[in-house]
Amino acid sequence: MLSDLPLFPQQASTGAMRVDALFMFLMAVSIFFAALIFFLVLYFAIKYRRRSEAEQPRPIRSDLRLEVLWTLIPLGLTMIMFVWGANLYFTMATPPADALEISVVGKQWMWKFQHPEGQREIDELHVPVGRPVKLTMASEDVIHSFFVPAFRVKMDVVPGRYTATWFEATKPGTFHLFCAQYCGTVHAGMGGRVIVMTPTAYEAWLSGGATGESPVAGGERLFQQLGCSTCHRSDGTGVGPALVGLFGQTVRLQSGETVLADEAYIRESVLNPTAKIVAGYQPLMPTFQGLISEEGLLQLIAYIRSLGGGKTGRQS
Amino acid sequence: MNTAVMPREHYLNVNYGITSWLLTTDHKRIALLYLASITLLFFVGGAAAVLMRLELLTPQGDLVQSETYNQLFTMHGVIMIFFFLIPSIPAVLGNFLVPLMLGARDLAFPRLNLLSWYIFILGALFTLTAVVTGGVDTGWTFYTPYSSTYANTHVILTALGIFITGFSSILTGLNFIVTIHTMRAPGLTWFRLPLFIWGLYATSLIMVLGTPVLAIAIVLVALERAFRIGIFDPALGGDPVLFQHLFWFYSHPAVYIMILPAMGVISELITCFARKRIFGYNFIAFSSVAIAVLGFFVWGHHMFVSSQSVYASMVFSFMSMLVAIPSAIKVFNWTATLYKGSIAYETPMLYVFGFLGLFTIGGLTGLFLATLAVDVHVHDTYFVIAHFHYIMVGGAIMGYLGGLHFWWPKITGRMYPEGWGKLAALVIFVGFNLTFFPQFVLGYLGMPRRYHFYPAEFQVLHVMSSAGASILGVGYIIPLVYFIWSLRYGAVAGPNPWGAKGLEWQTSAPPPTDNFTQTPTVTEEAYAYGSQEVHVG
Amino acid sequence: MVRRRSTLAERPAALAHHFDDMAQQYEASHLGMWVFLLTEIMFFGGLFTGYAVYRSTYAVAFAEGSHHLDIVLGSINTAVLISSSLTMALSVHAAQVGRRQLLVGFLLLTMLLGLVFLGIKTVEYVHKFEQHLVPGGAFRYEGPYARQVQIFMAFYFSMTGLHALHMIIGIGVLTVLVWLAWRDRFSPTYFAPIEVAGLYWHFVDIVWIFLFPLLYLIGRH
Repeated sequence: MLSDLPLFPQQASTGAMRVDALFMFLMAVSIFFAALIFFLVLYFAIKYRRRSEAEQPRPIRSDLRLEVLWTLIPLGLTMIMFVWGANLYFTMATPPADALEISVVGKQWMWKFQHPEGQREIDELHVPVGRPVKLTMASEDVIHSFFVPAFRVKMDVVPGRYTATWFEATKPGTFHLFCAQYCGTVHAGMGGRVIVMTPTAYEAWLSGGATGESPVAGGERLFQQLGCSTCHRSDGTGVGPALVGLFGQTVRLQSGETVLADEAYIRESVLNPTAKIVAGYQPLMPTFQGLISEEGLLQLIAYIRSLGGGKTGRQS
Repeated sequence: MNTAVMPREHYLNVNYGITSWLLTTDHKRIALLYLASITLLFFVGGAAAVLMRLELLTPQGDLVQSETYNQLFTMHGVIMIFFFLIPSIPAVLGNFLVPLMLGARDLAFPRLNLLSWYIFILGALFTLTAVVTGGVDTGWTFYTPYSSTYANTHVILTALGIFITGFSSILTGLNFIVTIHTMRAPGLTWFRLPLFIWGLYATSLIMVLGTPVLAIAIVLVALERAFRIGIFDPALGGDPVLFQHLFWFYSHPAVYIMILPAMGVISELITCFARKRIFGYNFIAFSSVAIAVLGFFVWGHHMFVSSQSVYASMVFSFMSMLVAIPSAIKVFNWTATLYKGSIAYETPMLYVFGFLGLFTIGGLTGLFLATLAVDVHVHDTYFVIAHFHYIMVGGAIMGYLGGLHFWWPKITGRMYPEGWGKLAALVIFVGFNLTFFPQFVLGYLGMPRRYHFYPAEFQVLHVMSSAGASILGVGYIIPLVYFIWSLRYGAVAGPNPWGAKGLEWQTSAPPPTDNFTQTPTVTEEAYAYGSQEVHVG
Repeated sequence: MVRRRSTLAERPAALAHHFDDMAQQYEASHLGMWVFLLTEIMFFGGLFTGYAVYRSTYAVAFAEGSHHLDIVLGSINTAVLISSSLTMALSVHAAQVGRRQLLVGFLLLTMLLGLVFLGIKTVEYVHKFEQHLVPGGAFRYEGPYARQVQIFMAFYFSMTGLHALHMIIGIGVLTVLVWLAWRDRFSPTYFAPIEVAGLYWHFVDIVWIFLFPLLYLIGRH
């Protein structure tokens, strides 16, 4: 039975090792101070136990040097924890530019994954080892949270916006995926597996099996089906702004503000078009709320990105 | 040889009958009304925990259905936080002791005090009705849009119960603040006050400033459910994360409502049972206020992975490190108080030792959660559950039980049986650690919170935790039995069985309705052990 | 401040048994009301915060929603409420100098003005109902900003509704005080309840002074 007793999670990502190093530092500090307090309390409790009712201890009110000491030392140690943690957190929030991009849609109670080459998966995510993977995530209903303990990665998936996280797996294997934000009846069952494969195995997996249309192709299909091309003509003569070269640029709005044309901007423009009107255009675009799914939105975004754009754009 | 006798007339026998209790304005009787209510609610919340831990013995969800399990953890959280921990020390020990410790005849607003209890009961009734008629399954945190749009359980009923009870908390805090400012005995300056009063003062600041914001957050969820307005519903243009900000703006300071009074109790107990002045009085007093103030600026540490901006998260992490420092200062000062003391091992002191150890662990693990990159991994796992139970059970409940034992002779005129007291303290300590220490391991391994069933590799740790819970449950039942037993058969205590300093010990036990036959004048600092008696007269 | 305990055998009738003297009772009742008002600031503050977040996100829609509010009725109400604060202050003064009839008169006038305020508010609410601007199932709005205007109206109703609830409670409190004043319970040595009620009333007035421009005057010059 004891061999079934795991005490420490596997390290399967570059981030995991760094998080564990910080964790060990915190453990060391905690064990030190816990032991110190335990020892002192026990030692004093025994050494100064009451031996007679007549005992009258001398009052010792305070000692400023001690107070300063045990204020500054904890302060110093916590500041190290803060800086180290903030630094690592910032790295975790900044995906590398060449990351493999996979989109994720969470809904009660499953995870849907879409690879850029077209593969779709449900509750299982195949990724190659040794390559950064960026996940762009959306929720169809309530707040969920994408959690892979072996990678030390977690990010809430919030309806109405996109969240992102990234990891670089360091060894092949199968690892738990959990939903880590209570989301209703089958929250405990909203799990799955992340399957890390060697690069060759990953390529084989990609080319074998049924491939769906790629997100870009799906987005192009939706662009026609939903009638977007009627107003958003590629030559710019339409009633709506042209979308070629849009992604990643800054857009000037009617209100005078400028905004970055990223995933969130495009999503909002489709679902709530009147929120940000482009300067020089009328608020004529109807909302597509209810007419397009979260996955459809992600495909549309992939298509629009493929039309070229700024530094975050990707040529199709 | 005990020669103590009960006083002829005191607050318990001055009149009899149910109306003399239900219409009382005596702060001491109101404290007992709270004691009975929260004890009942504690065991209701505890029953939910027992069922949860039973379910978690096996990886499969085979004891109850998922809907039921989700309701169990929600009700456990709601009842334990709002209907046990938050009132516990302030409404029981605080209501009883604040006037006594100040040398006053009652709190500033005795009728408001009674109203507070009725409001508490009304809120509890709403929530218990929700429990009985189908429960709530949103978690005590009520995150939107699940709670505002998707849940089909009694969200509004429970939210109303919490909303109503919040006013009980606000009024109690208001009463304490005004009493402490305006009704101190002659000679009782701020820096001669018992640290229990400082702790309750800081707690009252939080109760008064934070609770109204929770009230609004809850009302907005209820309105959203009733009218589908769109405040938190993204499909209607709302922001679900806004709820989290409004919710945690109160609910983080709320945890300091739960721990500051317990810290105050520790200062009272440790000085008496080490028979020594407190080390660093000013530092402990100011630390209490610092915790209350800083505690309002850290709420975003519950939201590091919620899609909050990276820079906001950094600010909250930094502030969370700062708020840890005053707690550390207190632990060091208490430890130093033991140095060259004269230490006795009665039951209250055993709870002090337990508190020092368990609060230290709980506080240190809080640093893990305040540290950004580590929190990403352990957020919403059993690590968090272990952390807050170490503080709230290992800290706050130990403080509450220690205080209850310490002041029991003053409240009832009777002693509890000391042998059983020590045994229960030990059983609770062992049971507690066995229940919650494995949960730190579970959390770092990745076991998420609020899971009805789980992967098989986590079972051994869960079994350990459930075994501990059964021991802990027994540990809580033992004092329930002997406290009730002591009301009739306990040894008569006399006014000051511990030889403690403090104005509350200068009057009889149980005290007369007006607390003091003659108003005391204070000429000494607090905890003046090792010097002459406090001058009375 | 350390208080000298009074040991006089004779205690004024208005002195509660747990206080030592009238000065302590006065201090406690005033501090109590100030602390209570502090909680009220936090209570309204939660709604104001939510309002601020959405106004900055949906500035255009909120301005549009604001234009649907009746600025004339709102302005009249503002004047009514400010006047009621004047009459409240005058009633406090009357209590301090022991003029019973003046006290009762000004209290009644304050209540009357409060009722006028609530009456006008009711008229506004009914208008909004007729215009289908009440959030929820019956909400109908033409234009691209419908959803955001609904959020604006939600804040309008909850903020003014909470305010109106406080007015109703205030009028209730004043009713009790009128009754007590009529029965000659107040005097130049005992008028704290009037003062403390005055503090509450002024607070409710000040909340409205914030609500009015935030809700009614967005984008108007």
